[in-house]
Amino acid sequence: MSRFRLVLDPTACDGHGVCAELLPEGIALDDWGFPIIAAGIADDHLPHARRAVSACPALALRMVRTDRHGGP
Amino acid sequence: MTRTAAVPTRPAARRRPTPTETARLLPASGGPTYREHLDRVGPLPAAGPGLIQEVLESGLRGRGGAGFPTGRKMVAVRGRRGPAVVVANGTEGEPLSAKDRVLLARNPHLVLDGLVAVGAALRGDRIIIAVERARQDTVAALRHALVERPDHGPVIELVQTPSRYIAGQETALVRWINGGEARPVFGNRIYERGVAGRPTLVDNVETLAHVGLIARFGAGWFRLIGPPAEPGSMLVTVTGGVDRPGVYEVPIGSSLTQLLGQVGARRVQALLVGGYFGTWVGGERIAAVPLSAEGLATVGSRPGCGVIVALPDDVCAWAEVATVAEFYSAHSAGQCGPCVFGLEDIARAVRGVLAGDPEAEAAARHWTAMVKGRGACHLPDGAAGFVESALDVFGGEIADHRLGRCQRPHHGYLPSPAPGDWR
Ligand SMILES: Cc1cc2nc3c(=O)[nH]c(=O)nc-3n(C[C@H](O)[C@H](O)[C@H](O)COP(=O)(O)O)c2cc1C
Ligand code: SF4
Ligand code: SF4
Repeated sequence: MSRFRLVLDPTACDGHGVCAELLPEGIALDDWGFPIIAAGIADDHLPHARRAVSACPALALRMVRTDRHGGP
Repeated sequence: MTRTAAVPTRPAARRRPTPTETARLLPASGGPTYREHLDRVGPLPAAGPGLIQEVLESGLRGRGGAGFPTGRKMVAVRGRRGPAVVVANGTEGEPLSAKDRVLLARNPHLVLDGLVAVGAALRGDRIIIAVERARQDTVAALRHALVERPDHGPVIELVQTPSRYIAGQETALVRWINGGEARPVFGNRIYERGVAGRPTLVDNVETLAHVGLIARFGAGWFRLIGPPAEPGSMLVTVTGGVDRPGVYEVPIGSSLTQLLGQVGARRVQALLVGGYFGTWVGGERIAAVPLSAEGLATVGSRPGCGVIVALPDDVCAWAEVATVAEFYSAHSAGQCGPCVFGLEDIARAVRGVLAGDPEAEAAARHWTAMVKGRGACHLPDGAAGFVESALDVFGGEIADHRLGRCQRPHHGYLPSPAPGDWR
């Protein structure tokens, strides 16, 4: 079980796709270039996920713990 | 609570509701005035926190579309710090729905009673009723009702909303009341921080009218009709190819076939259940299905906001479906990529089906799957569910279009009202 997952605010995201480049294991892009987020992040990929969060120019990504109440 | 003093012990006053009557919300007699309302159901007892338990026990579920238990929503707001705000949602953005405005025209005080009672139960310091600005007849009726009410009651604010499908979505409504645009807000837990940053409860106006009765007659009375899991009556708007379209009040769990007989439905090809946010049910599957969440789940549908459109078998289904797909695309709030682009592509794919394009069905399925769960609100899910059910139910007609064999005319049972301004 992964302890973290990414939450995307679809109203903030403008489809830059930077996140998918930094975390291809957890983020795919749809037909229109908007990210599709995987259910959880494997521990090995956490550093990449953090990088994706901070690289998003729209501040649309957030990382939340799945073992605590946090996500929307 | 007034539970022990519920209806059975009252003298059988002529115009008071009796436990067996199903005309709970739409009175069989009498007008909309405060006096006539009091004659029908008597005064609203002083409500307190006990009402929450009563609503929980009543099993009342929201009538705005999602069918969430109303008592549990009250509990969620009560558990928060600070004075609450209660909003009656009478925006009724579903293009064919008329139940909320018929209710507000015929029995406004029952809705306002429910609003006042919930406000008191949650110790709310603001109570608000919201209706669509374009419906000035409803606005006028409500203004009239508000001045009729006794002076010692709480102040009820009347808010008018823009003509947008999405304006009735609760986070959009809260944003509008707060002075912003009527567009949804992502991840906004209004029960924590809603109107003016306060814990906020948004309930559909029909839901609140039921609360207005539960506060008087109790949970036991409420449960006298309808299945145990979904008690009570519900308002339905029946339209399409029927002789007597209109708003009806029926016990939940009653027979769809009987309802269709009552309204004079003609040669039904399929039913659209739940309005544009709902799903198609093939004509041959209707017979066994009761009008309840449990019954409709067996055919992949749900009551939603209670709109039922009977589509006759002599009109082109895909022309109707295409109109609604365009409606969805036009009514996107333009905030989320998959909604903006996805609903446009879905509408194009459905036009393709109509035009007989052999690739269109697969394209429609591809895009409906892609948009689901990807918006800040459920608009894309509504569009996807509507179109997927059409693909399931009108499969034979897809082939007719591909082979250029569809001779049926476009009737226009499903309109596509243009979106109004955001402000
Ligand atoms: C696109 C969209 C449109 C909606 N429009 C309405 C509406 O017109 N009226 C309404 O009561 N609820 C509407 N809702 C549902 C509200 O968000 C909310 O769930 C409802 O008002 C809660 O009331 P209830 O619990 O009594 O059903 C809409 C939801 C969505 C996603
Ligand atoms: S980097 Fe940010 S804005 Fe760009 S696609 Fe990813 S989430 Fe969206
Ligand atoms: S999903 Fe569509 S309608 Fe809902 S907030 Fe996003 S853009 Fe607006």
